[in-house]
Amino acid sequence: MSLILSEEQAMLRDTAQSFLAENAPVAHLRELRDRHDADGFSRSLWATFAELGFTGILAPEAHGGLGLGHVEAGVVMEQIGRNLTPSPFLSSALLTVTALVRGADEARQAEWLPKIISGELIGALAVDEGPKHRPPAVSLRAERAGTGFRLNGVKSFVVDGHVADLLVVAARTGGAPVDQAGLTLFVVDAKAPGLTVERTVMVDSHNAARLRLENVTVDADAVLGQADGGWTLLEGVLNVGRAAVASELVGVADEVFGRTLSYLRERKQFGRAIGEFQALQHRAAHLYTEIEIAKAAVINSLQTLDESFEGAAAAVSVAKAKAGSVASLAVQEAVQMHGGMGMTDEYDIGLYMKRDRVLNELFGDPNYHADKLARLKGY
Amino acid sequence: MSDLQAFRHETRAWLEANCPAEMREPVRSEGDVCWGGRRWTFQSQAQRQWLERMAEAGWTAPEWPRAYGGGGLSREEAKVLRAEMAKLGCRSPLNSFGIWMLGPALLRYGTEDQKRAYLPPIVRGEIRWCQGYSEPNAGSDLASLQTRAEDRGDHWLVNGQKIWTSYADQADWIFCLVRTDPAAPKHLGISFILFDMESPGVSTRPINLISGKSPFCETFFDNVQVPKSNLVGELNRGWDVAKYLLTHEREMISGMGNLEGSPSIGALATRTLGLEGGFLADPMLRGQIAAFDVDAIAFRLAMERTGDMAKARQAHPAASSMLKYYGAELNKRRFELLMAAGGADALEWEGERSRDGDLARSWLRTKANSIEGGTSEIQLNIVAKRILELPGG
Repeated sequence: MSLILSEEQAMLRDTAQSFLAENAPVAHLRELRDRHDADGFSRSLWATFAELGFTGILAPEAHGGLGLGHVEAGVVMEQIGRNLTPSPFLSSALLTVTALVRGADEARQAEWLPKIISGELIGALAVDEGPKHRPPAVSLRAERAGTGFRLNGVKSFVVDGHVADLLVVAARTGGAPVDQAGLTLFVVDAKAPGLTVERTVMVDSHNAARLRLENVTVDADAVLGQADGGWTLLEGVLNVGRAAVASELVGVADEVFGRTLSYLRERKQFGRAIGEFQALQHRAAHLYTEIEIAKAAVINSLQTLDESFEGAAAAVSVAKAKAGSVASLAVQEAVQMHGGMGMTDEYDIGLYMKRDRVLNELFGDPNYHADKLARLKGY
Repeated sequence: MSDLQAFRHETRAWLEANCPAEMREPVRSEGDVCWGGRRWTFQSQAQRQWLERMAEAGWTAPEWPRAYGGGGLSREEAKVLRAEMAKLGCRSPLNSFGIWMLGPALLRYGTEDQKRAYLPPIVRGEIRWCQGYSEPNAGSDLASLQTRAEDRGDHWLVNGQKIWTSYADQADWIFCLVRTDPAAPKHLGISFILFDMESPGVSTRPINLISGKSPFCETFFDNVQVPKSNLVGELNRGWDVAKYLLTHEREMISGMGNLEGSPSIGALATRTLGLEGGFLADPMLRGQIAAFDVDAIAFRLAMERTGDMAKARQAHPAASSMLKYYGAELNKRRFELLMAAGGADALEWEGERSRDGDLARSWLRTKANSIEGGTSEIQLNIVAKRILELPGG
């Protein structure tokens, strides 16, 4: 397998690139932010995502999707990263679709997937409960009640949770909050009695929410995959999310680096472009090298998900850890090299720094994934 | 079954039948590596057999044309061969500057006669080459080299001194940068010539390094006569050949940052420190090793991706500088961590237990990685100017 995009994948990239640059550049995020938009994203833009087929990238053709792979999903995520475009693409089209395709029977896939693909339904994933990503620590309880389950507990950092119609909730049906065993994934209607959603306004002006579930009841068929045996399904969904977020991080890093290079060529001090100074040249060259290496790790993780989904954990952790640390370096160097301008709200650089911070935290930071790699290697 | 799958099956069967068991043991020290050449003493019958069989198949230089003794494999087939060798744990049959550096330059710049004369003995491991580039006053500023080659009608007369010539004392031939036009601007008066190290007037003196070993030499040329036909490429255009060859040298050195076949730091630390609750007993060291492993795996993928991009004509010609820089720094970091993982055991310098201080000497050797083949700072200059096109200088 060659670690570069195929011709078709490069065409999809070009489509996403021109579409987002034209319809959802950074100014689009600013506008939503400055008018305190209640949704935090544009529903008309989301409808166009659906028209272009982006919402169905991972969904099977039998249900109206494109039946493409994770490389294609990552290609779109990278462009989202370049433009800081707020959209439920990750939550709905990647995470929820993956949970349904891998965890729901045909009948329920037929019920939900076409509506997600059309943009009519928005899905979101609720896993974390504390400030740090730690999936085995799930303690939200799901107890058997009649033929179904009763859910009690809280969720935090639910990306797009405040606009979701459908929530995929990780709950504990057995074991203790450190165990991989005893986890179950449920589909919960966002309007279910007992569920309260609090939008959390985040540093990056993107969307997240906290959920409180008090005696929320669901039917037995709300279970995705196996009751008590949801860990593998959850990890699969999370790995798709991690590789996708790593792609977005590469988009953030590469875009902010390009803007910084332009600034190094244009900005003059002491009568010459600051890019002539070796102190800055070496830092720029180092950063370029790191970004190229992160790109290789990310495309490899996406291809590995396509080729051997269950065996992709190490490749995904390497990608998320590397893309995260490299993007953090990129945004910090960008602000420093832009000098005072980098600190202003008027310049976009700071928005990239904020987005990087959130993406690094989402689904495990570089420490989390380096630790996971070490566990996989047995030390 | 695709052609490539068929090739994989055939290759695996051939390797299983032809690679001696002893050549499937991990390389434990420099002494296990085969360099070939006129003066080479094989360590074992297995080492000789392995080289001869691989050379016969052309697989010591898998991607070179069959006409010059190579394997004639495509890039994909060569990848399969490397992967299958790695699976079986096969040692490299031959380490060779001829294969890694001179060969690619000859394939591009050599005459048909030169290719036919020099390439097959390289494939067979019969001639060992060394590289005459650096001089005492031409290191990072290589193009200011002063070794002269004067045109004496039927031959070149070479006088001067090289330094950091790897294994010059064991090499049979040298590929050498010489100044053929002292009046021209410095990059435009250099030529690339080849000559026998047994020529009268050539002498070498090993340089003792901090590792206690002497892989590098000072090399002196005192009225050495070199046939005119030993010029590679055009007269006074040797800098083009030199730069092309340097990209291959950089790829070779950055390959040292590669994971395969190198000791696992996690495994060594587990032996010295033990596990507590399933985790390495030193959590700070564990974190550093894990962060290193992330970088090392990602770097290996970046090397592979750069190769794929080169094939698709998407790679920047200066990409080797990026890889050389990162690979060298990564390898230094690897050995710092190996030393930390090894603790006091890694400090032993002599004796059977440490195989004469193998780890400590290797650790010290890696400090040259970011100096040889162009320092890390020079690589960063090249990336900044040629890839990023930053202004100045």
